[in-house]
Amino acid sequence: MTQAEIKLCSLLLQEHFGEIVEKIGVHLIRTGSQPLRVIAHDTGTSLDQVKKALCVLIQHNLVIYQVHKRGVVEYEAQCSRVLRMLRYPRYIYTAKTLYSDTGELIVEELLLNGKMAMSAVVKKVADRLTETMEDGKTMDYAEVSNTFVRLADTHFVQRCPLVPATENSDPGPLPPAPTLVINEKDMYLVPKLSLIGKGKRRRSSDEDATGEPKAKRPKHTTDNKEMWPLAYSQSQHSRVNSEFQFTFQTQTSSEIVRTMLRMSEITTSSSAPFTQPLSSNEIFRSLPVGYNISKQVLDQYLTLLADDPLEFVGKSGDSGGGMYVINLHKALGSLATATLESVVQERFGSRCARIFRLVLQKKHLEQKQVEDFAMIPAKEAKDMLYKMLSENFISLQEIPKTPDHAPSRTFYLYTVNILSAARMLLHRCYKSVANLIERRQFETKENKRLLEKSQRVEAIIASMQATGAEEAQLQEIEEMITAPERQQLETLKRNVNKLDACEIQVDETIFLLESYIESTMKRQ
Amino acid sequence: MAGNKGRGRAAYTFNIEAVGFSRGEKLPDVVLKPPPLFPQDTDYKPVPLKTGEGEDYVLALKQELRETVKRMPYFVETPEEKQDIERYSKRYVKVYKEEWIPDWRRLPRELMPRKKCKKAGPKSKKAKDTGKGTSLTNTADVLKKIEELEKRGDGEKSDEENEEKEGSKEKSKEGDDDEDDNAAEQEEYDEEEQEEKRGAFQN
Repeated sequence: MTQAEIKLCSLLLQEHFGEIVEKIGVHLIRTGSQPLRVIAHDTGTSLDQVKKALCVLIQHNLVIYQVHKRGVVEYEAQCSRVLRMLRYPRYIYTAKTLYSDTGELIVEELLLNGKMAMSAVVKKVADRLTETMEDGKTMDYAEVSNTFVRLADTHFVQRCPLVPATENSDPGPLPPAPTLVINEKDMYLVPKLSLIGKGKRRRSSDEDATGEPKAKRPKHTTDNKEMWPLAYSQSQHSRVNSEFQFTFQTQTSSEIVRTMLRMSEITTSSSAPFTQPLSSNEIFRSLPVGYNISKQVLDQYLTLLADDPLEFVGKSGDSGGGMYVINLHKALGSLATATLESVVQERFGSRCARIFRLVLQKKHLEQKQVEDFAMIPAKEAKDMLYKMLSENFISLQEIPKTPDHAPSRTFYLYTVNILSAARMLLHRCYKSVANLIERRQFETKENKRLLEKSQRVEAIIASMQATGAEEAQLQEIEEMITAPERQQLETLKRNVNKLDACEIQVDETIFLLESYIESTMKRQ
Repeated sequence: MAGNKGRGRAAYTFNIEAVGFSRGEKLPDVVLKPPPLFPQDTDYKPVPLKTGEGEDYVLALKQELRETVKRMPYFVETPEEKQDIERYSKRYVKVYKEEWIPDWRRLPRELMPRKKCKKAGPKSKKAKDTGKGTSLTNTADVLKKIEELEKRGDGEKSDEENEEKEGSKEKSKEGDDDEDDNAAEQEEYDEEEQEEKRGAFQN
């Protein structure tokens, strides 16, 4: 892992789990797979603390363990999973848009706890929803369970590997590979706690619970659901999808593409280059209800999309009214290229951007050719090219004329290698997020005293309002914070909000670049 | 022989045209100082952030999440050094966290906290104590208890000790450090508690 990634991981772990866990986690990321004692020795922390930290990390799927020969257990950290923690708010928001508040709370609970049993999640979420609802109304457990099942169906949540019935040797049980489909049926047999409010007791399930032999019980209560890798791919689809909206001219075409993406959510893995072929009839049936376009119009749109030079949608056959696929790899490639172009434009100006786009289009160009094609005076073109070269957006390709590579007899061509430029940009993104987090922490620390004071004042006001105080008294308490202090607080709040918003946006770029790099690496 | 520059004028070994400078032109000066510090070009201001309902909501979620994780049991506090004077306010600022008991079936056994060797001795005495309950042996045991507590440090209540010891099965094999700050936290992982709770779920 690069230094920038390790730094970012360390900051994220520290914010989420505290310093001890951060120390252990970063050590594991740096040094790879290690047994317990070596970790304790190298980091200088006590064995108890290391154990606790490892428990927390394993619970949140950030560290995995492996049993080696002679019973030694080694722990390995997964750096990419730690970096995912940056994206948690985005996941929760995606769940909210697709599954409303219930889905949002389920996803939030799972993200906060790493893994949880279905019954525990349902209970917690229902209780939370009941609190926010009006008096007298309560949340039905069944509704929450339904949302949970829907989340599982669309692969937002996933089942954790189960412990086999027979215990293994000392160090630890070896979990088998996760089984998704089969055990879904077991979900329904989870004994329900008594339903509050709308409760008809689920008599049948209670009977099942008591009627079953003891041996089966552990299996039911260990139905854990693990969250995150699939939310990643979900989010990806909905993201790539929202990016599409900007590239497509009309509402309808973006809607069609979105439907296609939604249909292929489960069938395509997150790094596949193409979605599964979908027939035009299927697409027609799956269009959202409000859309009143006829079959012919849909066909026309599909043909146009397939012929588009951007090549996002391709035609793969003629059965079923025409089979269409979405070319995910190409889509990601063009999105990554667009990101690079916009970065060049914002950093170096529109002329540089013109040169960049030119080199991108023509693949390899000499110095002279760049000047001619871009219609920019030689001095400036030279200056800009060198600036971009020094920042590694553009690279030089040498083509020797003679076997001795003499510089006077070699062509030097400028080219853009998208993969390496994307990697470079991704590295910069990690650095920027780390900087943003550090700056935010610095700002908060600077004004810590003021923040504490304002929190205390708020607490006092709240308690006084609860006990029914007069307006005058409240005014007096509020004046404990002077006007300049209030100003300072406002500035602090504004800055922290801005830094947070920056983090979120940089995370979007990270997501895009990571997806592109992953997709390209898979193809090679 | 490498030092021989060639009779007459120095010549470039490569085609200067290809790089873009014409012959005889004044080459740019050699830079003798480090590049300027950040921020670099102020000609190009950063693009404003995206705004909108969605973005605001995600921002709020992020800030809430940051506050919530601090209160979760997974956030491991660093043990503070003992202060000479314990401040009154500190007691009320402390956030009370729920205990978290990991699912030991899914974790390697070596991660379970071990009980200490020393408890094995007084444990049998205490068991006898509760059985008999004579006052004579009580005082002797109380003194022994006090000695033990002193040895093991502050922060542990005798009730909790009893509860632990009565149920404790495992003997410690490793020589753990006497980190008594963490001894209190160990109780969170108490197997017996977990089994009680497991019992509760099944009912």
